[in-house]
Amino acid sequence: VTEARYRDGARRIAPIGVAAFAFGLSFGVLAGATGFGLLESVVMSTTIFAGSAQFAIVSTLAVGGGIASAVLAAVLLNARYAPISVSLAPLFHGSRIRRLFESQLIVDESWAVSRRDDGRYDRRLLVGAGLVLYACWNVGTVVGVLAGDVVGEPSDFGLDAAFAALFLAILVPQVRSRRALAAAVLGGTIALALIPFAAAGVPIVAAAAACLIGWRKP
Amino acid sequence: VSDIWLVIGVVAAATIALKAVGPVLLGGRPLPAHLTGIVDLLAPAVLAALVVTQVVGGNKEIVLDARLVGLGAAVVAILLRAPLLAVVVIAAAATALVRLVA
Repeated sequence: VTEARYRDGARRIAPIGVAAFAFGLSFGVLAGATGFGLLESVVMSTTIFAGSAQFAIVSTLAVGGGIASAVLAAVLLNARYAPISVSLAPLFHGSRIRRLFESQLIVDESWAVSRRDDGRYDRRLLVGAGLVLYACWNVGTVVGVLAGDVVGEPSDFGLDAAFAALFLAILVPQVRSRRALAAAVLGGTIALALIPFAAAGVPIVAAAAACLIGWRKP
Repeated sequence: VSDIWLVIGVVAAATIALKAVGPVLLGGRPLPAHLTGIVDLLAPAVLAALVVTQVVGGNKEIVLDARLVGLGAAVVAILLRAPLLAVVVIAAAATALVRLVA
């Protein structure tokens, strides 16, 4: 297997970059309409860089939900990054500062496309894809705040289904073993069962626990 | 400090920590052998959950809408071994088409 390059990660994520830009734009529009300034919106997108959590913050504050529930909603939505981050730990090398910065490019989509055909994860694919998503998300945010609603809702273009399609396309080749299939079915079932009852984010974190069926005695 | 900045600061700090915990604390070292079985199954479990929440997730309710058609189109494209780009574009186009005519 030849070593992947940053460019390969960027190429893999390109179609999702378009969707990330559109959702960044709609985040900017929503944030602007809710009373967030350009600086606040951009600081959110550059430091938090997690779409669902940012939408949760803005929409919670917009309906007067209070700062505690806004923080709780956002942190629950991002809680899944803890197990993902730990699972990716061996990829990252160099100084602590470098690892800190590179780890911020971990988002669902960059993680998903950083898996090589041989089943290993590749830091260059992840960083290349993450940088593209970071640029698209932040440029989208700025345009959204400044220009307002110029292109309509991302869902009008079916872009909300693009993410699900990406995750499914990356999931399918991974369910070759019986254990992987069991983990996928269990994870999907847990998420489906919890959607009506649990706060957003919780279904995904709970589903992550399905990987514990892979536990082997030390 | 306004409430908005407080929320942004706390959530940013938490998110940065959640993403960095693995690479910063454990970076560059292989995971313990007995954990690899678990880690290998994390992707299928979380990806399946992401598919489910993206397709039928609503505000504490299950919502069946045009996204399902998009996912169905994606399934067909995946079965036909279409490249990733095509799968994503086909799913978006199918969803948009249903919303346009519905």
